[in-house]
Amino acid sequence: MPSSDVSVNMFEAIRQAFGVLTMGTNFVRLLGGLWVTVWIALVSVAFSIILGILFGMLMTVKNRAIKIICKIYLEIMRIMPQMVLLFIAYYGLTRMFNISLSGEAASILVFTLWGTAEMGDLVRGSLESVPKHQYESGRAIGLTERQIFLYIIIPQTVRSLIPLSMNLITRMIKTTSLVVFVGVIEVVKIGQQIIEANRLTVPTASIAVYFVIFMMYFFVCWILNLGARAIERRQK
Amino acid sequence: MDFGFIQKVIPMYLQAAWLTLRLALIGILLSLLLGLICALIKYYKIPVLRRIVGFYIELSRNTPLLIQLFFLYFAFPRMGIKLSSVQCAIIGLTFLGGSYMEETFRSALESVSKVQIESAQCIGLTPRQVTQYVILPQAVSVSIPGFCANVMFLIKETSVFSAVALADLMYIAKDLIGLYYKTDEALTLLCISYFVLLLPISLLAAYAERRLRYAQFGR
Repeated sequence: MPSSDVSVNMFEAIRQAFGVLTMGTNFVRLLGGLWVTVWIALVSVAFSIILGILFGMLMTVKNRAIKIICKIYLEIMRIMPQMVLLFIAYYGLTRMFNISLSGEAASILVFTLWGTAEMGDLVRGSLESVPKHQYESGRAIGLTERQIFLYIIIPQTVRSLIPLSMNLITRMIKTTSLVVFVGVIEVVKIGQQIIEANRLTVPTASIAVYFVIFMMYFFVCWILNLGARAIERRQK
Repeated sequence: MDFGFIQKVIPMYLQAAWLTLRLALIGILLSLLLGLICALIKYYKIPVLRRIVGFYIELSRNTPLLIQLFFLYFAFPRMGIKLSSVQCAIIGLTFLGGSYMEETFRSALESVSKVQIESAQCIGLTPRQVTQYVILPQAVSVSIPGFCANVMFLIKETSVFSAVALADLMYIAKDLIGLYYKTDEALTLLCISYFVLLLPISLLAAYAERRLRYAQFGR
């Protein structure tokens, strides 16, 4: 077969593949699937920011035992791949404690636990980066410890935390692609359904579907990244 | 816990861990190479290549490995490019890791102060000597903690390889849960395997970071 013929066939195949997306409500369904992914990420992020701030403050406490416990928790969350944690929450909890979580609940639980550790470490870092003289000056002008924290420390840490936590959000959105393995009907699953439904009529549908999913993730995370970078620039 | 069962399946886990480690090692080495090349292109601001590298980095940093793998494994064959699972895994990991490595190396290169480079030029070193004896040694030591973090990240990411039908740790665990309903045993062994793989690297990274901090204080 001459090579030009092959390339014509390939273009034809790709054109047909993208035709699948315009069939019925396929594209809207994919967008709906993306929303499930983003929704899980957003809920987990909301929880992790709240819990992460508390966890970060806990890590700066000057108690050895608390510090070691926090460190161990952080290390476990850092070392375990999120996929393993998901399996433990989804299969392990059911078997060991008879707690049967839905796929969504298990993923939110896991991403919150993981996000809390990561966020906590960010909060700890930015709390520790506030120079000591800020506390001392605060004390010198007669503020109470609470006032120092409210009016001096928090405003400074929040500024540096915003871009960092936006990065965490994009990481979380990327990681939520794993929830397909615990039975959540999200963008990849819907994509697979579309591919299977058209397996006989349009065997090349997978090109278009996976390309579109790829681009969806790209745009969501890219826009968030651009936002984070813009905020970072403005702060300088 | 069924310890007899655990004993029986440990060889399977060892084999899977070895596969994970081998693929991760190849992927890390390739992404190290790719990252270094991209970082140098960005650092020396080479005209056209710089744009391409920038595009690649955005694409790779903003998409999950799982989707990259699915695209390689399910979409590429339809376009006439057939890749085996192992090839997919290595290409995917390199594609992902390259951009992370690039970021680490570039920020390390940029951390070498201008004074150093100018002083080197003043005493008459050639551009190659400046790079070889002044920039690289300093940049490499700065990049070590970031590099270790990337290595850990990439090994963790290999857990999605089971999606393209590779018999890695995740795959074995899923298999044992499905076949024998030995959930506790399978998951416990899975956790232990990842700990054994990753804890040494994590400790090494912490040690390297500490040493580096001392080095910087001494400056």
